[in-house]
Amino acid sequence: MSTAVTPQSGEPVFYEVDEHPHPEGHSTSLGFWIYLMSDCLIFAMLFAAFGVLGGNYAAGPGPKDLFDLNLVAINTAMLLFSSITYGFAMLEMVKGNTSKVLLWLAITGLFGLAFLGIELYEFHHMIHEGAGPQRSAFLSSFFTLVGTHGLHVTFGLIWLVTLMVQVSRKGLILANQRRLMCLSMFWHFLDVIWIGVFTFVYLMGVLR
Amino acid sequence: MVAPTNVPVSPIFGRLTLESLPFHEPILVATFAVVATGGIVVLGLLTYFRLWGYLWKEWFTSVDHKKIGIMYMVLGIIMLLRGFADAVMMRLQQAMAFNGSDGYLPAHHYDQVFTAHGVIMIFFVAMPLVTGLMNYVVPLQIGARDVSFPFLNNFSFWMTVGGAVLIMMSLFIGEFAKTGWLAYPPLSGISYSPDVGVDYYIWGLQVAGVGTTLSGVNLICTIVKMRAPGMTMMKMPVFTWTSLCTNVLIVATFPVLTAVLALLSLDRYVGTNFFTSDLGGSPMLYVNLIWIWGHPEVYILVLPAFGIFSEVTSTFTGKRLFGYTSMVYATVVITILSYLVWLHHFFTMGSGASVNSFFGITTMIISIPTGAKMFNWLFTMYRGRIRFEVPMMYTVAFMLTFAVGGMTGVLLAVPPADFVLHNSLFLVAHFHNVIIGGVVFGLFAGIYFWFPKAFGFRLDPFWGKMSFWFWLVGYWFAFTPLYVLGLMGVTRRLRVFDDPSLQIWFQIAAFGAFLVALGILSFIIQIGVSILKRDQLRDTTGDPWDARTLEWATSSPPPDYNFAFTPVIHDSDAWWDMKKRGYKRPLTGYKPIHMPKNTGTGVLLAACSVAMGFGLIWYMWWLAALSFIALVAIAIGHTFNYNRDFDIPADVVTRTEEERTRLLASQVNA
Repeated sequence: MSTAVTPQSGEPVFYEVDEHPHPEGHSTSLGFWIYLMSDCLIFAMLFAAFGVLGGNYAAGPGPKDLFDLNLVAINTAMLLFSSITYGFAMLEMVKGNTSKVLLWLAITGLFGLAFLGIELYEFHHMIHEGAGPQRSAFLSSFFTLVGTHGLHVTFGLIWLVTLMVQVSRKGLILANQRRLMCLSMFWHFLDVIWIGVFTFVYLMGVLR
Repeated sequence: MVAPTNVPVSPIFGRLTLESLPFHEPILVATFAVVATGGIVVLGLLTYFRLWGYLWKEWFTSVDHKKIGIMYMVLGIIMLLRGFADAVMMRLQQAMAFNGSDGYLPAHHYDQVFTAHGVIMIFFVAMPLVTGLMNYVVPLQIGARDVSFPFLNNFSFWMTVGGAVLIMMSLFIGEFAKTGWLAYPPLSGISYSPDVGVDYYIWGLQVAGVGTTLSGVNLICTIVKMRAPGMTMMKMPVFTWTSLCTNVLIVATFPVLTAVLALLSLDRYVGTNFFTSDLGGSPMLYVNLIWIWGHPEVYILVLPAFGIFSEVTSTFTGKRLFGYTSMVYATVVITILSYLVWLHHFFTMGSGASVNSFFGITTMIISIPTGAKMFNWLFTMYRGRIRFEVPMMYTVAFMLTFAVGGMTGVLLAVPPADFVLHNSLFLVAHFHNVIIGGVVFGLFAGIYFWFPKAFGFRLDPFWGKMSFWFWLVGYWFAFTPLYVLGLMGVTRRLRVFDDPSLQIWFQIAAFGAFLVALGILSFIIQIGVSILKRDQLRDTTGDPWDARTLEWATSSPPPDYNFAFTPVIHDSDAWWDMKKRGYKRPLTGYKPIHMPKNTGTGVLLAACSVAMGFGLIWYMWWLAALSFIALVAIAIGHTFNYNRDFDIPADVVTRTEEERTRLLASQVNA
């Protein structure tokens, strides 16, 4: 790009003589961002479905009967803490400290597991009370929205374990740093989605 | 699972039994015999000529965007034959089923035929052909060596094939959906469609949809990040611009389709109540969501066609495109507006006058940028030296045909008129008018235009013109009667008719379909004849049309690495600029070129997805679970391979480029 014309003759330059390097993974963060936005649209559709169907209780239980805000608050805390600890892992990655990265990733994973455990307990409890996804359109859209988020966290955990194996084997090479960065974006993205779920589904549901 | 319980579900075969095979349908048995015989002959020939290894190494596992592009085109053309066979069956049925005759198709078969026709033509003909052209042409036009994520590209292709395989399976194992191509609930719900048809529909589209979304991400990144130095956004060729907008639309809409089909499958498999008529479900939600994907989808298809027409017009008139900037803005405006019109597909749903007027007006507004494009092409042609090669003939035919389709579209955008015409054959005529007149003509123009680039020889012009005239005349014969019938109030998807005075129109339409069949036949003959006459049609220059954009700067077919040296761009018509300002091809100083390695992972992942889809369709839960585990395991295994690139050594580059130098010199001497 630096040389549109050769300095001596003023002839236009139509090609680069030197190989112009495209470092491996030069488009990865852009690509991953675009992927995340497409995923965001899936959640947007689920939120829209919840927005349309969320009041259709079909003479069944509503949010006030079902949601235990204390439990959801603990759950939210688990996920938010996991985001902070992932941030610590990234800070250690910048310092090049492999073992600390692994430690923080493990802590992140544990928080993620705790989040999933609480969510499964909540689901189990609701289904046990006869408020399963088949009961009403409200419950269908609730289980699907929250469940899809949970599925994402599950895949995030599988990815996290895979990356921990790869980091411990290969160290913090560039490819692994890039992967850690992508998972980081994914993990924080799930946090943002959860804040939407917490606000629109749980808090506003109880107010409804 | 709240599956339909009247069908026994075996733990091994799910609900698949011998009765699922359509032995009782003579038409299907005959089709199967033909397909099976043809398939065995092809497989036999491949084995006899020992081509399997070659195909696997050089094509199936290839991450080269050019080869993947060609494979997409082959897929699209094969599926065109299937989709068109469905069309002919419908035309015959409707031309026959008068005066008490029931025609020759039973209702449940006819319903599958019109559903399959729509699904196949949109998802497995138009989409692969459009994606194939974008894949092939865009990296060349921007002076790149491949796409941003070459492995993902291969994977996307095989997922599209996987979807097509599932749809084709439904022909012989079980049945396809009988719901129409968008599978509206409650008809597509489990209570009214308990069979496997809708499940084939769902999983076919979900598998292919993953591929489409990822290929959208890939091409956006490619266009944003991999343009050659000097190519600013406003110096990109128009086809690249339209591809960028199309891929933005893909990424912005296919997730919607994925989500809405996932909700439909939850209704069918788990017994949720999203789109059911009871317990608070809302079928209208489905119709809204699917059209939020569905309307942008038609622009996904037509924008690249607009790009092709732009390249063709400026090339064959020997002029710079008139109004490049306005063309770009028109494309972007269409991209945005396409997201704001979905409700015009169901004005009759009863959203009220204000909502209907809003969507009626946005729909009419879309005709403004489209009209601007039309005038840009006309002004490009004005006072140009027009060469009426086949692509240019398609362009002129497009302008005449598409203008009519656009006008009937504006007519349908008026809500009160739509209340009369909704779901009538007028609508069917309208969208075939814009899809055939716009997308199909564009694709044929593009195929004819870029074929010499891909294969090193031109297509035979005589058979190209035969195909063109049969398609054009055939289109008008096939669909003008449908406009007439629609105005008379005939609705779509009817199998038999009471009023004998209508029959003549259906017979004219059937004649039109026959002409289109000749057009398709001519197209296939054209490819055969061109291969036989390839030495006469050879393109040694790399620039057979005296064209303007960068893909014509390299040889035909281009080397694996596309360009030995990265081009530097000064103008939107980069190659024209290079030709005008005395570009000399570099002859020395070649360096090794870094390229991605081939991999078979994409094929494996897609195969697992097909197996998983098949398991889910037939309730073979073990198969679905096993193939899902395999899918995840293979994907994770793939990430453990860090060694994905290699260098093409400098002497290989030198040899390839010297070969070209020799070819170019022989051209000058002759």
